[in-house]
Amino acid sequence: MALRLRSSTSKSNFLNILRYNNLGFGTASHAARHLRTHDPTLLRVSQNPISRFCNTMAEKLSSVGENEDANAQVMDFPGGKVAFTPEIQFISESSKERVPCYRVLDDNGQLITNSHFVQVSEEVAVKMYSDMVTLQIMDNIFYEAQRQGRLSFYATTIGEEAINIASAAALSPQDVIFPQYREPGVLLWRGFTLQEFANQCFGNKSDNGKGRQMPVHYGSNKLNYFTVSATIATQLPNAVGAAYSLKMDKKDACAVTYFGDGGSSEGDFHAALNFAAVMEAPVLFICRNNGWAISTPTSDQFRSDGLVVKGRAYGIRSIRVDGNDALAMYSAVHTAREMAISEERPILIEALTYRVGHHSTSDDSTRYRSADEIEWWNKARNPLSRFRTWIESSGWWSDEEESDLRSRVKKEMLEALRVAEKTEKPNLENMFSDVYDVPPLNLREQERQVRQTIKSHPQDYPSDVPL
Amino acid sequence: MSAILQGAGAGAAAALTPFNSIDSNKFVAPSRSSLSVRSKSYIVAGSDDGTNKSFGSSSLIARRSQPLMIPNAVTATKADTAASSTSLKSGHELLLYEALQEGLEEEMDRDPHVCVMGEDVGHYGGSYKVTKGLADKFGDLRVLDTPICENAFTGMGIGAAMTGLRPIIEGMNMGFLLLAFNQISNNCGMLHYTSGGQFTIPVVIRGPGGVGRQLGAEHSQRLESYFQSIPGIQMVACSTPYNAKGLMKAAIRSENPVILFEHVLLYNLKESIPDEEYICNLEEAEMVRPGEHITILTYSRMRYHVMQAAKTLVNKGYDPEVIDIRSLKPFDLHTIGNSVKKTHRVLIVEECMRTGGIGASLTAAINENFHDYLDAPVMCLSSQDVPTPYAGTLEEWTVVQPAQIVTAVEQLCQ
Repeated sequence: MALRLRSSTSKSNFLNILRYNNLGFGTASHAARHLRTHDPTLLRVSQNPISRFCNTMAEKLSSVGENEDANAQVMDFPGGKVAFTPEIQFISESSKERVPCYRVLDDNGQLITNSHFVQVSEEVAVKMYSDMVTLQIMDNIFYEAQRQGRLSFYATTIGEEAINIASAAALSPQDVIFPQYREPGVLLWRGFTLQEFANQCFGNKSDNGKGRQMPVHYGSNKLNYFTVSATIATQLPNAVGAAYSLKMDKKDACAVTYFGDGGSSEGDFHAALNFAAVMEAPVLFICRNNGWAISTPTSDQFRSDGLVVKGRAYGIRSIRVDGNDALAMYSAVHTAREMAISEERPILIEALTYRVGHHSTSDDSTRYRSADEIEWWNKARNPLSRFRTWIESSGWWSDEEESDLRSRVKKEMLEALRVAEKTEKPNLENMFSDVYDVPPLNLREQERQVRQTIKSHPQDYPSDVPL
Repeated sequence: MSAILQGAGAGAAAALTPFNSIDSNKFVAPSRSSLSVRSKSYIVAGSDDGTNKSFGSSSLIARRSQPLMIPNAVTATKADTAASSTSLKSGHELLLYEALQEGLEEEMDRDPHVCVMGEDVGHYGGSYKVTKGLADKFGDLRVLDTPICENAFTGMGIGAAMTGLRPIIEGMNMGFLLLAFNQISNNCGMLHYTSGGQFTIPVVIRGPGGVGRQLGAEHSQRLESYFQSIPGIQMVACSTPYNAKGLMKAAIRSENPVILFEHVLLYNLKESIPDEEYICNLEEAEMVRPGEHITILTYSRMRYHVMQAAKTLVNKGYDPEVIDIRSLKPFDLHTIGNSVKKTHRVLIVEECMRTGGIGASLTAAINENFHDYLDAPVMCLSSQDVPTPYAGTLEEWTVVQPAQIVTAVEQLCQ
């Protein structure tokens, strides 16, 4: 800040201003209002003389030449005191250096010296790694199944296993998750079985969603994982609402929502961040910046230094993390969660990673990016191999356990696939139920008509959907 | 289906006030009647297990509005003595926006999960004063002021609903909810279904809409046209202080997402409503004026234009049956059907635009279901397919006026 101060009195006044600015909310009365919302005894706004409307009035009155020196040149404005400057100065569109990225394990999986991280126990670390392997195997098998025509659609999470599993591991089961669609690992960590994943992908009668949604649109009330809605970024305001609900109920839990670099362009992203900051809602915004939104690279998505700098624009504390470093992800999410709940604030976490797989089975990413690039990230920056090195060097893993795990999971996965494929589909009634709590007259009539049509043309009706 | 009437009658007999017992054969038990099995002329509330799914209090009375209607049309046309109201011994007078507020406050008192969110709903009390005083009483968190982003606070309400709260989302003007269409259609309407019933979204989305007095095109929209196709939501329109309070309460208690349409010009309607607690059935239409010659279907503000036309029509010797359809999605085809079967002529009077409005859907539904009972084609009077002009005179001509209604009835009854 290049404020050239002419006199020493101005300078001392300026220092006073800086001191006041640290309150964050400017005037003391405004800060007190901020504290008031945490105090359960102060229920009635009218009992509290410092209500929002009165506060604005008070600010206006006090700004009329208060105890400020005539030479001080500051303005009392909602949000804090604003110093003036006689120079035309634009804030640069970008800083000289990009925001550094937090990481704890280097490219080879070695612990970086003097790194700060939250220690994980052997049990947690082994579970984290096993789940990452399971996720990888599940993705590969499902992807192949789609290619073979057994599944209609699939979207892999290859390359982003660390984000999925490590973030899930750092949360508590009561934290509510609002996913985009590339976070099945969070469900996996919480106990969703391979069979349940397969059931949803096949849309059979054991699917929680009763066969109504596309594959990978998982949802589990029991595991606090909200059903994936295909629309981009619509889950962000939902998460803020859930966080608001948790805050009202004073629960020791937060809302966590995931989205990609592409999702950050949606209006809902900006509005949700703004809302979360204003509502002081305990929500974690985890952005998987994986470089691509289908075929759109981040250079065509935004011109800021990624996502992390956007937090400040909304008054949100943010951090940039190496998304392929499971230990760093774990530590960042763990710390962020504590902050979010105890301080009742949103946190933005930008996890840098790479989408190794295609966007989905409907995409062939070699059409818009080089196979070399994909290969490089898959080998040099692989999240699994880095974490594996670390747990092996801690004496918690071995080659034998690796091959045991892989063969076991593969077998289990293939079996789950086989069973899910054979399981009956949900019956026709489920096409009309759950639209409302109770089907109204028009839906019952429409179901009747469908059944009538089926009776007249049974050959046109799919044989595997029971009536 | 058991005749739950008797069961309900026995259980609720103690709760019946004198005036209600006059009409006990039309009494609707306070359980969810969307599964009603209709037989002849009375309703047997038909949930199989007889449990009260939506309405917790068994002392509630869900009234059919018909009983105390005075068949003399002349007295039943004034806006402030809306025919569906009760001529009660005990009651209190209030304006429509106050009735909405009363319903809201009662529900917030009853259930701590009920909360309100929207722009300027807190200390300001809402742009139309529907939430006046609530922030003082319930605090900033339960009556939440949001930044200006309809999609975001609607999304927020949906997320909060999925985690156990019961938010009432206020759109300052229904037209602004166009910005929330994504959340309303994709998340609100669909998530209960796509999650396999795991997550319910008991939100109420409400706000004023319709053509006001020179509010300009953007603030004079009829959103019920656009929302009516969204699967998974329910839509109701209130028109009197009585049904405003009743529908507000019912909507809050419903497990489905409900959109409650209010009208900018009806907020200052005055009426006397009962002191005791009541709710209105969300799926029911309201019989405003029974008649024999023609069925006039309408809702919201047009009800008053219709009743004004009815005055003229009665003087000319016609006997119109006026029904305020109230439930815009789904239609109360039972009430409507009974009326069509009686009069054989239908006139729909709406404020929606010609193309794709509620009237268009209602015309199709009536033609499909009651074709055999019609002696004349269904006629629909709507606004033209133009943005509402600002000029007062032009604005008046975009809205259906009583004179047009009279002409239409005369034409249909030839």
